Amino acid sequence: MASDQVTLLDLWASPFGMRVRLALAEKGVKYEYSEQDLVNKGALLLQMNPVHKKIPVLVHNGKPVCESLIIVQYIDEVWKDKAPFLPSDPYQRAQSRFWADFVDKKIYDFGRKIWTEKGEDQEAAKKGFIDSLKLLEGELGDKPYFGGETIGYVDIALVPFYTWFYAYETIGNFSIEAECPKLIGYCMRCLKKETVSKSLEDPKKVYDFVVMLRKKFGIE
Amino acid sequence: MDERKYNMAEEVKVFSTWASPFALRVIWALKLKGVEFDTVHEDLINKSPLLLQYNPIHKKVPVLVHDGKVICESLVILEYIDETWKQNPLLPEDPHQKANARFWAKFGDDKVMQSIGGGVLLKEGKEQEEGFAASMENLKYLEEEIRGKKFFGGETIGLADIALGWLAHYLDIVEEIVGLKLIDQEKFPSLAAWKQEFANAPIIRENWPDRDKLVTKYVVVREANLGKGTPK
Repeated sequence: MASDQVTLLDLWASPFGMRVRLALAEKGVKYEYSEQDLVNKGALLLQMNPVHKKIPVLVHNGKPVCESLIIVQYIDEVWKDKAPFLPSDPYQRAQSRFWADFVDKKIYDFGRKIWTEKGEDQEAAKKGFIDSLKLLEGELGDKPYFGGETIGYVDIALVPFYTWFYAYETIGNFSIEAECPKLIGYCMRCLKKETVSKSLEDPKKVYDFVVMLRKKFGIE
Repeated sequence: MDERKYNMAEEVKVFSTWASPFALRVIWALKLKGVEFDTVHEDLINKSPLLLQYNPIHKKVPVLVHDGKVICESLVILEYIDETWKQNPLLPEDPHQKANARFWAKFGDDKVMQSIGGGVLLKEGKEQEEGFAASMENLKYLEEEIRGKKFFGGETIGLADIALGWLAHYLDIVEEIVGLKLIDQEKFPSLAAWKQEFANAPIIRENWPDRDKLVTKYVVVREANLGKGTPK
């Protein structure tokens, strides 16, 4: 709709923000990107997400939607005439929702521990992370994308975390590709798509960001 | 038209435990929609091979099996139920209102349950004080959201009510065990009213697990967490 006003409150390095950027790109939605300062949070962020005070927040015609996967589903439902993210069958939709929830519960948490923990805790996180990626490889099977022939809900939930893999590997001193070559192959396939490559950030820049965060939080 | 009459072979099973507030959500949703189902009672200390086969990743209840199709994770199951049996919808049509319902369901699981369960029930001393303060913050947001409404879903029970519904029964039990009042009628009048309304709603009021059994169970859980239980 020509009269739609769409703004995304975001932080460039956030994989959750990248999910929304990718979703909007897949639907061809024009929007205003607004980089947020999460140290000195702005009035608009606090007004649009008073409960969590976090990004991403999608503001559509003045009304906010919060929580990245809820935003992605919202985008799918509003701009429903193009590139559906979820299948139409309820059972297949449930499978997609299950695996996106799995990414939230496992990939983010284990990934975060890899760059914030040390010693045994870090080793446990690395193991949990790889085990989770292997389960995702199993779910992918022979399909080009989790969504089948085209990018879908689970792809949108997962692939932005690829931008943090280099940081996890460097800080955790391990190779994700050695353990999960199929998953890395899948990420490379996704990056060949213009919507993905323009929505995801440079892993080296993300690594510098994580190094900065570690210094800031006093983690070695 | 009652479509169920034309689906005589439809088989719906719910894997649950007597105490699980998550499995209760699924039971409520199916009963609110008038869907007939069988319950498979699980013992989480001795999980059945079938449960482990159906939910190999999380190994938890609830699991819904509908004509051989297996769905796990209570909020995922709720959306499946709503999309499959369309009578008495749990979610509104409007995408923004739908997003709002999902937001509050997730807030309940991510924040409210964490602060009250993990932060108050399972803690003592200073840690419990912090959990209590966090719970007050979270309940304040719920109070603002429910104000002026009968249910989070509006006039009828919706997804957020079902997701937050454990508050209408389990919270009293937590309060009794720890000796703290969380949903104080004066501090949270709208939330207290919702609690009453939901606890006594048809279907809901007939399906609460036994209160005394829950008190016994959660006292054990609390003691174990505080290290006063059987040494490991």
